Amino acid sequence: MASLDADQLGQTLARLAAANGIRQWDLGAACSSDTSVQVDRGEPKQLKGAQRSSITVRVWNGDGLVGTTSTSDLSESGLERALSGAHAASAFGNPDDTPAFSPLAAAPVATLDQPLHEPQGILQLLTTLKDAEQQLLGRHSAIGTVPYNGLAERSSERLYLNSDGARRQQRLTTASVYLYARAEETGRKPRSAGAMRLAYGASDLDVAGCIDEAAERTISHLDYAPIETGHYTCVFSPEAFLDLIGAFSSLFNARAVLDGVSLSNRDSLGQTLAVPFLDLHDNGLHPGNIGASAFDGEGTPTRRLALLEGGVIRHFLHSEATARAFGVEPTGHAGLGAKVSVGPDWFEIGPTPGSGGGQAGLNRFGADQPLVWIDSLSALHAGVKASQGSFSLPFDGWLVRGGECRSIEAATVAGDIRQVLQGIVGFEGEAKITPDGLCPLVWVDGLSITGEA
Amino acid sequence: MTLTAPLQSLLNGPLDQRWAPRLESLLGIGTAAGADLVEVFLERTDHLGVLAEQDTITSVTPAFGMGAGIRVFRGHRDGFVSTNDLSEAGLQRALEQALGMLGLQLGALSRSAFAGLPALNDFAASKGDWLQRSPELQEATQALLGGTQQLQRRGAHLQVRRGSYARDWQEVLVAASDGTFGRDIRLHQSVGLNVLAADGDHRAGVGRRYGSADRPDDLRSWDAQQSAQEVCDSAAAMLYADYVEAGQMPAVLANRFGGVIFHEACGHLLETTQVERGTTPFAERVGEPIAHSAVTAIDEGLTSGAFGSLSMDDEGMEAQRTVLIENGVLKRFISDRAGELRTGHARTGSGRRQSHSFAAASRMRNTYIAAGTHTPEQLIGSVDRGLYCKSMGGGSVGPTGQFNFAVEEGYLIENGALTKPVKGATLIGEAKEVMPRISMCANDLELAAGFCGSVSGSIFVTVGQPHIKVDSITVGGR
Repeated sequence: MASLDADQLGQTLARLAAANGIRQWDLGAACSSDTSVQVDRGEPKQLKGAQRSSITVRVWNGDGLVGTTSTSDLSESGLERALSGAHAASAFGNPDDTPAFSPLAAAPVATLDQPLHEPQGILQLLTTLKDAEQQLLGRHSAIGTVPYNGLAERSSERLYLNSDGARRQQRLTTASVYLYARAEETGRKPRSAGAMRLAYGASDLDVAGCIDEAAERTISHLDYAPIETGHYTCVFSPEAFLDLIGAFSSLFNARAVLDGVSLSNRDSLGQTLAVPFLDLHDNGLHPGNIGASAFDGEGTPTRRLALLEGGVIRHFLHSEATARAFGVEPTGHAGLGAKVSVGPDWFEIGPTPGSGGGQAGLNRFGADQPLVWIDSLSALHAGVKASQGSFSLPFDGWLVRGGECRSIEAATVAGDIRQVLQGIVGFEGEAKITPDGLCPLVWVDGLSITGEA
Repeated sequence: MTLTAPLQSLLNGPLDQRWAPRLESLLGIGTAAGADLVEVFLERTDHLGVLAEQDTITSVTPAFGMGAGIRVFRGHRDGFVSTNDLSEAGLQRALEQALGMLGLQLGALSRSAFAGLPALNDFAASKGDWLQRSPELQEATQALLGGTQQLQRRGAHLQVRRGSYARDWQEVLVAASDGTFGRDIRLHQSVGLNVLAADGDHRAGVGRRYGSADRPDDLRSWDAQQSAQEVCDSAAAMLYADYVEAGQMPAVLANRFGGVIFHEACGHLLETTQVERGTTPFAERVGEPIAHSAVTAIDEGLTSGAFGSLSMDDEGMEAQRTVLIENGVLKRFISDRAGELRTGHARTGSGRRQSHSFAAASRMRNTYIAAGTHTPEQLIGSVDRGLYCKSMGGGSVGPTGQFNFAVEEGYLIENGALTKPVKGATLIGEAKEVMPRISMCANDLELAAGFCGSVSGSIFVTVGQPHIKVDSITVGGR
């Protein structure tokens, strides 16, 4: 298993820092060992292994300014070079926004139930994936290939140390499988869809569930038709809605607020953003969050944080520096750097307790009007303008009419995130755990769909 | 910025001929174990990133690294292992793991057919001072602050002004048991300006990025005033723009970064990785028309200073000029070592990877549609009602060949003339359907630097085209 010698790293860095006159420093380190396989119609396609290590060193110079340097060289000469580089960079530190150690860097962290698994080894991974591919190919005659597939296992370790004696360390094993099938019927366009699963070890992966979901989704897109351009009520799958919220997470990001690139501002706390029955929490500690981190890049413990309650903005995600600027505690969402990035962990989305959750009894198969069921969104990196609120995204999905579903040939959904959050009609079904969070089906009124009919 | 003087040891010194004995040992062991081919890719990197916001430097991010990627072929199969540990023991462990993936073991066979490495093919011989000649940190910060000040002078309603600079230096050494032994140094620099303009509920985010390869002095010739003017003009035009109306319509795409449409819509489908996966509709179409006869498309690694240019690829092969499509007819695929092995398409010097952590794959370099005979005005003048895409955002292509990309700055074309600005447009379609609809190419070919993320990581590329007209395309909007 991958491992870091925290004592040795800390002692070496302390000695090198002292020799260079550096009194304050901190360090984030990570190492990992990965094995992965891909197959192609029963044959191994690519077999990969990787051993990775990296550190980021941050130092405060005599004027209190901060510099950082990252390296993959964990030898003593590598550390010395990193320390020297960080010190050189600190001359250009921003005096108006200087990070400090997190006041919570030594606070207790949650104990996570993350069992460590021994690796299965590449040959077992290969056997499992070849079998999974064969099963998926056998589900329908139109499924000709599974062009994107992979089974991987990883052992990793993270470390945070600072010159005040804070020390965080976390070991983790994870495994993942993804299957993305391509199907084509004579005279018709190829269609594809897939599924993925995560677990703490390859032996715990729900490979059968992954095959079932990939097959079901792929087959459901075989019979397709173009859709007429217009405005529709849309039903977002949990995965699609979580993707959309994640793409606009700058709404809740204190770093983005301070930088002026968020749609929110300092006065947004306490203001209504969404329908009064929507709750949104960030909860990296949820047991469904495979691979959760117990602490962030600055050593702050991970915790559950209310972002929206009853549609009202309650909190922002913070690093140490942004929290200080807002007069609150850091929330455990920081990276590590001279300018510290902030990001979400894992969302929980659902009805506000006691609110009724919007329109009751929603059932997309019993709707009076045609509606668009959005299964997955694509190209979020290109089609989302987070600082403007707008999006225009290709999607895979179905037109549901009179209880019947038909796959949509090619279409985009466009709108404004504030319009989406104010246009939520209600929720359907139980919340589903996905790699990005927990969410039920979400109904949204009046979104623009562009089709080719 | 060189952070420290280089240490004169094998691990910290240049990747050069001195590595030959260690590499020969690895290649000999690997082939003796039964591998058809063993390849070792060694790398050292030195990165510098600088960010200016408003009138302050807010982030300086130096990073350096080293590592190795070892790839072993046996038949059509390959195993690949990467490591940061370049010690003799570390490299041997990686080789052993790669061999094990193919069922091979160290010492299983006693004799190796490997005859040893030839003299080093050293493309880096004249590039040793590139890192030192590139701008010092102080100079880079001043250039960026100059850029954000130019934005302030030229723009209105600017809520955010940002300038960013990135310098990536990479030294690589590639050795393979087929006698490949090459070394190169690459230097990529890019500088960009971004603004967010806001006035009440109106918002517009606009950015431009300029990049070059292998020109240490290039930041010094950057015209910050012109860059700032372009960004501010675009932001002013888009701030109050209406959302585009969705539908099918003709489109004229501007030159330079408009070339992302060919890159995404067609270029990726001409990589042998797509042939291997069975995800390109063009696999059996060499010699057949796949595009309008107005279209000739090139992928090459030779244009001086272009972001995607290379002296050698990441498999040690010298760069080439590859004609992909000529007058609409498919001529060649972009191929790497594994692509040649598995699909039969000859290598084109296109084996590329982000770093030692990735096995090389067939990837684009400088990819563009060649110039035509029309003027841009003739293209616009031929459209009654359509969309002019002056500046493109990013895009992607899916596993069934469906592409999409965002229009950052667009204008309506009405009665053959540009009228009002529009925002929120996404162009979507499929290569097979769109390529025959590129009916006119103008005479103003220009290239633009970009980044391409795919199977072997994020790499430096150039996209390009003259102004082109697409007779009909789906425009996603509101």
